[in-house]
Order: sequence, then C-alpha cells, then structure tokens
Amino acid sequence: MNPFAFARADSLAAALAAVQRSPRAQFIAGGTNILDLMKDDVERPPILIDINALPLRTIEQRAGYIHIGALTRMSDVAAHPLIRAGFPMIAVALEESASPQLRNMASIGGNVLQRTRCPYFRDTATPCNKRHPGSGCGAIGGVNRMQAVLGTSEHCIATHASDVAVAFAALDAVLHIAHAGGMREVPINAFYREPGATPQVENVLAPGELIVGIAIPALPYGAHSTYVKARDRAQYEFALASAAVALDVRGGAIRAARIALGGVGTIPWRAREAEELLAGAPPTRASYERAAEVSLRGARGQGQNDFKIPLAKRVVVRALETVSA
Amino acid sequence: MSVPLAGAGAAQAQGLAMKGPQATAVTLTINGASRTITIEPRVTLLDAIRDYAGLTGTKKGCDQGTCGACTVMVNGRRIDSCLTLAMMHEGESITTIEGVANGDTLHPVQAAFIEHDGFQCGFCTPGQIVSAVAMLAEGHALNDETVRAQMSGNICRCGCYPHIVDAILEAGKPS
Amino acid sequence: MSIPTIGAPRSRVDGPDKVTGAAKYTCDRALPGMLHAVVVPSTIAYGRVVSIDDSQARNAQGVVLVMTHRNAPAVDQNKVGEQDAKLFLLQSDEVEFDRQPVAVVVAHTFEQAVHGADLVRVHYEMRTPQMALDSGTLFIPKQIFGAPAAHARGSAEPALASAHGKVANVYRTPTEHHNPMETHGTVAAWDGDELTIYDSTQWAFGVRTRLAGVFKIDPANIRVIAPFVGGAFGSKGTAWSHVPLAAMAARATGKPVKLLVTRPQMFGWVGHRPQTEQHVSAGASADGALVAMIHDVTNETSLSDEFVEPSAVFSRDLYAVPNYTMHQELRRLSISKPTYQRAPGESTGGFAVESAMDELAYELGIDPLELRLINYAERNPNNGKEYTSKKLRECYSQAAERFGWSKRTAPPRSMQRNGMLVGWGMATASRATHRGESHARITMHPDGNVVLAVGTIEQGTGSPTVYPQLAAEVLGIGHDRVRLEWGDTNLPEAPLAAGSQTAASVGSATVLAAQALRDRLASLGGKIPDDGITIEIDAKVDEAAENRYAQQAFGAHFAEVEVDPDLLHVRVSRFVGAYDVGRVLNAKTAGSQLVGAVVWGISMALYEKTRFDMRTGRIMNATLADYLVPTNADLPKPDLITVEDDDERVNPAGVRGMGEVAMCGSAAAVANAVYHATGVRVRELPITVEALL
Repeated sequence: MNPFAFARADSLAAALAAVQRSPRAQFIAGGTNILDLMKDDVERPPILIDINALPLRTIEQRAGYIHIGALTRMSDVAAHPLIRAGFPMIAVALEESASPQLRNMASIGGNVLQRTRCPYFRDTATPCNKRHPGSGCGAIGGVNRMQAVLGTSEHCIATHASDVAVAFAALDAVLHIAHAGGMREVPINAFYREPGATPQVENVLAPGELIVGIAIPALPYGAHSTYVKARDRAQYEFALASAAVALDVRGGAIRAARIALGGVGTIPWRAREAEELLAGAPPTRASYERAAEVSLRGARGQGQNDFKIPLAKRVVVRALETVSA
Repeated sequence: MSVPLAGAGAAQAQGLAMKGPQATAVTLTINGASRTITIEPRVTLLDAIRDYAGLTGTKKGCDQGTCGACTVMVNGRRIDSCLTLAMMHEGESITTIEGVANGDTLHPVQAAFIEHDGFQCGFCTPGQIVSAVAMLAEGHALNDETVRAQMSGNICRCGCYPHIVDAILEAGKPS
Repeated sequence: MSIPTIGAPRSRVDGPDKVTGAAKYTCDRALPGMLHAVVVPSTIAYGRVVSIDDSQARNAQGVVLVMTHRNAPAVDQNKVGEQDAKLFLLQSDEVEFDRQPVAVVVAHTFEQAVHGADLVRVHYEMRTPQMALDSGTLFIPKQIFGAPAAHARGSAEPALASAHGKVANVYRTPTEHHNPMETHGTVAAWDGDELTIYDSTQWAFGVRTRLAGVFKIDPANIRVIAPFVGGAFGSKGTAWSHVPLAAMAARATGKPVKLLVTRPQMFGWVGHRPQTEQHVSAGASADGALVAMIHDVTNETSLSDEFVEPSAVFSRDLYAVPNYTMHQELRRLSISKPTYQRAPGESTGGFAVESAMDELAYELGIDPLELRLINYAERNPNNGKEYTSKKLRECYSQAAERFGWSKRTAPPRSMQRNGMLVGWGMATASRATHRGESHARITMHPDGNVVLAVGTIEQGTGSPTVYPQLAAEVLGIGHDRVRLEWGDTNLPEAPLAAGSQTAASVGSATVLAAQALRDRLASLGGKIPDDGITIEIDAKVDEAAENRYAQQAFGAHFAEVEVDPDLLHVRVSRFVGAYDVGRVLNAKTAGSQLVGAVVWGISMALYEKTRFDMRTGRIMNATLADYLVPTNADLPKPDLITVEDDDERVNPAGVRGMGEVAMCGSAAAVANAVYHATGVRVRELPITVEALL
C-alpha cells in the first residue's frame, strides 16, 4: 500500500469537510474493499478518513420505509428482525455473501459501492478501461467466465459484484446521500451506470458525497421474497448468476412481482419487462419460464460466460418457484 | 498531528487530527493487555499483531481476505485482520489465538480440536479456533450443516473440515 | 520380522502448540536487525526485460536495496541434480514464464518493501508465449522414476481392434496450484561464510545441497532449519528461486532477510501440477476381461525443464490386461516448471483410467465394481512380481458394503432424493510405495527417557507423534517417554518428505535404531550408563530386497453426488473408502491423511483450475477467491477405513504410504457418480455447471 495519512471523523460534517479540502481523500468504513484495492495498487488515496464513529448504524421503521444506516454491518442487517420479517431477500442475499468474518466487517453502504472482481481490473499488469481509461479491456477475448452478459459494451464487461444491491434493485431502494450542501436521494436503479464508453464511471455519486442510509420502501409482499445464488462451491464465492424475487400471489394469480438479477450484469439488473409479464399470470412454472426468458433479453455471452444465460434463466425460475411454494 | 503529505498534492485536512503517513504511537488492547506500538497508518491489524506486538499465532494465509487464517475477534466478533488497519481499532478489545486459553487451561474448542484431530499442518488452525469460538457465541443452531456453513470463511487445504466440525459440535454441547 | 501392530489413535504431541498458536513457522521467525524482502515478478510470460526504472523504489522511504539482473551478484542458477529446477536468480534479462522473479526489493518493514516493489517499473520486450498444449515443442522423456516412459506388453492395437466391447476417449486435467495455507518463505542470515536458512520446505537437506551449488560453498557451512511447515503437498520439495534470492539479499545488505512469497506469487515460480491430455482406450471380451488398454499422456512442461506427470503409471500397474501400451510425452509451454503435486501421476491417471473403466462397464453392460473384480491382478501386471501384500479385494468388498453399492440401479438418472438427482460412482485407488534412505540417531538418557533425532520435517503428517510411537513400541516403553527432534540439517539426514515415503523411510530408520538400542540395553543387562546410550543408524534401502516384490498401496472409493436438476450444482453428499496401506501407525493421524487425500480428489474433480489468458500467458485467477478449493460447506463427512494388512515384507516399518493413495482415483469416483446422476459424461476437470448444461 502507498503511504497515507489517516484521520478519524467524529461527525458527518467533519467527514464531508475533510474530503472537500482533500479531494483525493477517501472514506473508509469496513475497509474490506478499499484496503483490498490498495493492496493491489489499484487505489492509492493519500488520505483515508475513517467514518466509523458516525451515528449511521440504526435500522428502523420510518413512515413508508425501513431505514438502514449505511454503516450498519452486513451481518447486523441480515440479523435484524425488521429485515428478516419484511424483506427476506435482503437477509438471504447478505447471508450468501462473502464469509462470516467479512460480513462482520463490511458496511452495507460500502457493499453497495464495492467494485468489480474482474481480474483484469484488479491486475495492474493487464489492460482495463475502468482502471485506466483507454488501455483496453483484457476480459474481452480473455479469461471471462465470471464476466457479465447484460449491460456490457465493447469497452467493459465487468460484472457488478454485490448480492445485496440486487435485492435493493428489486425493492426500489433509495440511497440517502449526504454532501457539503445537504442531502439528496437517488433511487438505486438510477444510481449505477453501465460502462458504455466510460467504464470508469460506475455510479452517480459525486466527489465529496457519502451514502448515509438506504431506504427500503414498504412493500406488502416483501415478506414473500427470496434470493437464489448459483455458484461453483457452496460458500465464499461470488455469483455465477443470482436472482432476487418477490411475488404477490392472491386468488390464484400473480398480482405483482419484483425480479432483479445478479452475477450477470454490469450493474444490478432489474427485470421490469419480466415483472410486467407476470402480472395477472398464473403462478406456474410455465409463467416463470416465460418471465425468465424475457429477463435475459439482450444478453450477450463473451465465450467463457455463455453458460450464464441459460443458468440465469433457471435461477430466476428457481427463485420464483421457491417464493411461491 | 498534522503532517504535509509529500507528493500527494493535497492540502492538510484541518479540523481532523491526522496521523501519519509516518509511524506514530498506536495503543492496542490485545488479550486484555495494552500494547503501544509505533506504526504507519498502512499497517494492517494482522501485521501489527504479528510483527509489532510479536504475537505470531495469528497467521497470514493470503493477506487479501480470501482465507480466514488471520481471523481474530474484535469486541467478541470475528473478523479478518488482514483487511483492516491497526489504527482503526484503538480502544477496542482484540482477542487473538494466544488469548483463547484460560492460562494453562485450554478452551473447550482447543481441547476438542486436539481430541478430534481438527488440524494437520496447523497453519489455518489459529484462525479456525478463533472463528469457532466466536461462532459459538453467535447463537446458531448446532448441527453439521450450520457449522459447516458458518465455518466456511476459514479455508483448510489439508482437508480437516470433517474433524473441525466434529470438534466444534463437541465443544458447543451444553456442558 | 514382525513388530506388534501399533495404530493407537494417539493425539498429536504438537497439538497444544498448534491450537495455541505457539507452533512456529518460517514466517514467524524474527531475527535482530532483520530486513524484509519482496519479489517483483514479471508481468509477461515470455520475452526479456529491456529496462528497469527503480529510481522511485530506491528512493522510497525505508528501501535498502533493489536487486535486479543489473546488480545481482553472480551465482550459479543451473540445475545439478536431475530433479532440480532451473532457478531464476536475476542472472539474465530472459523471461520464461508469468510471474518470474525479475527484481527483489529489500526494506526495513514489510509495508515499505511491498510499496517499493510496486514502484519498480519494468519494461519488457514481449514475445508471443506458447500456451496451447498441442502447439508446444515436443519432448519425449526416456524415463519416469527409473522406468521407461514408453512401455508395451503384448500387442495392444490389434487386440483393441478385435475386442468385443471398447471405449476410446480423451480425458483432460487442468493446471493446478498447490496453494498450501502457508505461502513459501525463507529467512536467510549470514555469519561470515556461514549461512543459516529458515525455510518452509519438505526437505531441509535438499535446500542445503542446492544452496551449496548456487553459492559454491561447502554444504557444511549451511544450516537449514524447518520445524513446522504450513502444508506443502509437493510444492516445497525443492528449493525454488526465492530461497537463494533471500540469501543473496542477506549477503548484499549484511543483514538477515525475511522473504515471504505472497499468495498471488504462489502462482509464479513455486511449481504446479501440469495439465494433462490423456488418450485412454480399453477393450474387453464379452465377459468383461480386459484384452487391451492404451494410455497416452501429454503434459505441459516449461521451456527449460522437463517434468513428467506420470499418469500412465496408474494403468501400467493395476489391471490384469495382457496387451498394454503406455506413452508419455511433454510439450514445452511458456510456463514455470511443473512439479509433483499430491499423488503425481496416479491422481491424474486415476481420473482418466477409472473414468474409462466406468465407460467400458456401461459399454459392456457390466456393473462397474464387477468389472474391476473381473480384472483383478494377483501379481503386478507390469513386471509380474508378487506383491508384498495386496488386500484390494477386501477394500472393494468392505467399502461396497458400507456404501450400500448393491442397491444401485445402473441406468443414469435412475436415482433421486428430495428433488435432487443422485449418482453413485466408484473407482480403484492405486499408488506406488516409495522409500528413501534415512538416517536416525536415538539416545536413551539415564532417566530412561529417549530422544529420537531425524532431520525430517512436519507438514501435517504427524512426524513428532508417529515416530516416537514406533520407537516406544519397539522399546516397550510408554509413548510419552520418547521425543522427536526434527527440522534441522544439524540432525541426521532424512529424505524428501514426499511421495508418501516418510513413514517408510524415517519409520524404518526409527525401527532399526530402536531395535539396536533395545539390543544394546539388553546386552548391558538393562542398565543405562551414566552418559546414556546413543545409536546412529543409516537405514539404506536394500535395492535387491525392494525390487523383489511389487509394493503398492490400494483402495476402493465410492462416491455419492446430489445434483440439482436445474441449477446443476454438484455436491458430494457421501464418500466411502477402504484403503490397504499396510500397517497403520496411528489411527488418528492416518485417518486425517485419508480424509485430506479424499478432499483433494473431490477438489480436483469439482473445483480446481488455474486459468491462463491464452494470449499473454498470464494467470488470471491467482488468488484464493478465484482459484477454487473446497470450503467446509462443500464436503460431507467421509467414511474411510483401512483394511487390516500386516505387511511383513515391505519395509521394517511395515507401511506402504497413505498420504496420497486416497487421492488416486477419487476424482473419477466423483465424475462417475456425476455421470450416473445426470447421464452426462464429463471428461475434462473440473466438472462445472457449463459442462452439465
């Protein structure tokens, strides 16, 4: 790691002011992503601002939504009764992430901001348009079994790595973002940017901004939700393909559905067309297969990851069947 | 202490007390004992424990959060010490493998590991044991499947997993 | 000669040290004034270093030295012994593989050294690396382990052509990396012309010899200390480049130097199992008797070294097939030198051959276990020798019984449970027994306590527990009266701790030394002199006696998999094995060795593969997140037993090696189970979702 200075912020205002003064400074919460990238020499901030003292660890019911403080650890979010009862897909997505140790360390805000696992991004010896714009994309034509099939461009095919962000996308979560001038709210489905011609731009977070909370809007059928993650080994691995789904089934018909895909997109992939297709449809495997087909529309394999397309469809079907059982 | 950062091109972050980039005094409470070491901010908790506090029981298997060999407890919660900075844990209670036994009396998990041969080369073992001790305090159901899942953040290349599970199930039985 | 069967499940004497963190490994060693060194590995696979800009690195805080090919001292990196690897000690600008050492940065702290290494800018002239197996330059080895690399008995081709039932397929195993939990590392310290090395190694004496050659100094001036080793699996059997580089850095700086290999660097210069492509043909008559088998193996090797992965040894020495041909060849690629990885040859060959036997069983309509029994060889089919002992029939029957094999319905996809496809597969295990010369020194002190001194190492196999047990049995005293001193070239010389040979080698030396001590004590009327009794033994291998009989460890594996019919995730839900390893010295440590080997076999079948960017030769999954090994959740509790076998002919210890036999064929048991569950025959490992879709 490069030499850096370290400061502990004792208030939100102090933290925001610090990065205003030193634009290359970065926040550190759990540290599991930023320190990993610094060890790879991908990130080289000269200053780290420790924000762990900020009072951003509560989870509470507010009017119309559940508020999750951005510094709440993944394990604590997964264990919280409001989350487990109201939105099982969030709890499952978290419990299927990483390892128990990492879940104890990583903040939910940091998880949402985590950067891709693409080995070309993390290896400074290989070309990567995200890490080094204009240098090329090593994954295209290279080792790309884990890369994305949705939302890719000729400049970047890196998969978005977060599991819980997929659940947040399905639930229309809203990010509460603090900046020197105040606060703003950004729906998570408007937060991430597909790579396009600028893979180095991953989201709309402006310099000096800090995610302070995540709002999960009330969803009556949120309790009928789950997350299914397909991977090679049973634990401690990123997704080959995953799906966060919620189903509102009443009177023998699907009233509404939420579907988002993980492991297959350059961003968490909300499948609205598939949701619309399910509205009014019978809760049968045939319906789910049609929805799955539609949710992968536009998917393009890169060679080694072609299998993700049929696999993701099966994952969607499995998730929908699980939640309607 | 505020220090200009050579080559960083950044102004000092006034208002916040900056440490580093050169080494400064950091006080860590490890296994109940207070230790003051002089370290740069970039020193991980793992390296601080091993190289500066001289407690080499905690091992470095990957240094990038992929194996769990470096597991320690901070305020009773298990973490990978390689992916956090020592400086971030002043004032917290850190427990390493050296602090698991009660003096000369092995912790039930340690005794069970010996009885069930839960190790071979022994390198992942400190991390396995600290992880298991923390895990048992997390209140999960104690059965094969749950223990396996909850211990999957600790990689063992010698293949001791089945014996590790047996050891934990035994140690976790209400006495 | 017969000694009482021991086998007591004694807990490891190093257990308290290992469970409290007191056990010291090389990386734990700290010496006064010690500096930290980090290797700068190449980022190309083939070409040369054109220039190195190390000015930023040299000026970085705390950096003491940047060593490159421009300023490194001249040393001899050429191989001496046949098994030696060419070393890369900054003697030239040539680059032959990805992550080859091209510089070493030495600093006061680890952080300073790592950062300094990041600051070194290396410019390369890149040549196109050779990465595809069939495009590499061919090399045909003459020998494998002293036997011909090409071998034939009878006339395989015509016999195969006229066989009633036959199969012919290509099987592939990938490049694999050992990834022990402790990375490689060395601490080097000079005192004048004397060199002390702490190293994570399987062979302290081998390290000493190699360093003597590199530095042109007397081996007597080198001491290698290797107490606890955090896993090796074959990767630490030779002194790789970082060992002399650490010594070079220590000499240049005048200070002790600790050089630890990082986890991504473990995919660089410290060896790996080479990928194999194996053509296996087998033909049988209608009653299942094999009439012909052909086993052709190609594996990758490096540009400068020849390493043979002896997969065909498995088929050569197992079934009673009268017409047989084996052929091994190498292809040179822009990779680092491959080396032995747990069960070299017989694990990769076991996968291919035991898959082929399963395919043949289906072709003939014969039960897979029945097919093995029909082709059981009473004598070694290669050389016709009688075995020291062979209880493979007992392995088959005991394991099959425990597993419930008789309840198997043969057709693929015919078994289900809770919505999962269930598959049952079996395979034979076979592994040659090796033994090396070993010295030992045993001392009985006046108080009756005994110290056994052997310069072997402990990598998890249980040395500090098992050899004292052996000696105690011979002497008729309690286990706790005997203590092992180990891990130091100042102690009597031991062979390489690999090839499952340590118990046979060091164990035999222990038995002979203990017998001599017992006899000497008896001759003194049971009275121990004031200065104790010391016996030194050189347990040479009697080649003629060794070669009189065939020596192999055997076994039978039975695997059950559950496969999700839609998501196609494969999980090994049950694994039963019975192994014939001769005498079991300690049931507890032996049980762990078997479990470990089975885990490795499952891992080979389902998880492990080193992934190269074929355009550049760079390994792109050089972490433990991207190179998959099993987690705790992936494995069942295997049910593994050893069959009783009081082998009195094999060696004084009575053992035939058990660290690897359970890995030979176990990957095939899993692959065969996957076929039985899904109807999809996967002939390339690891078995992944995409192979089953």
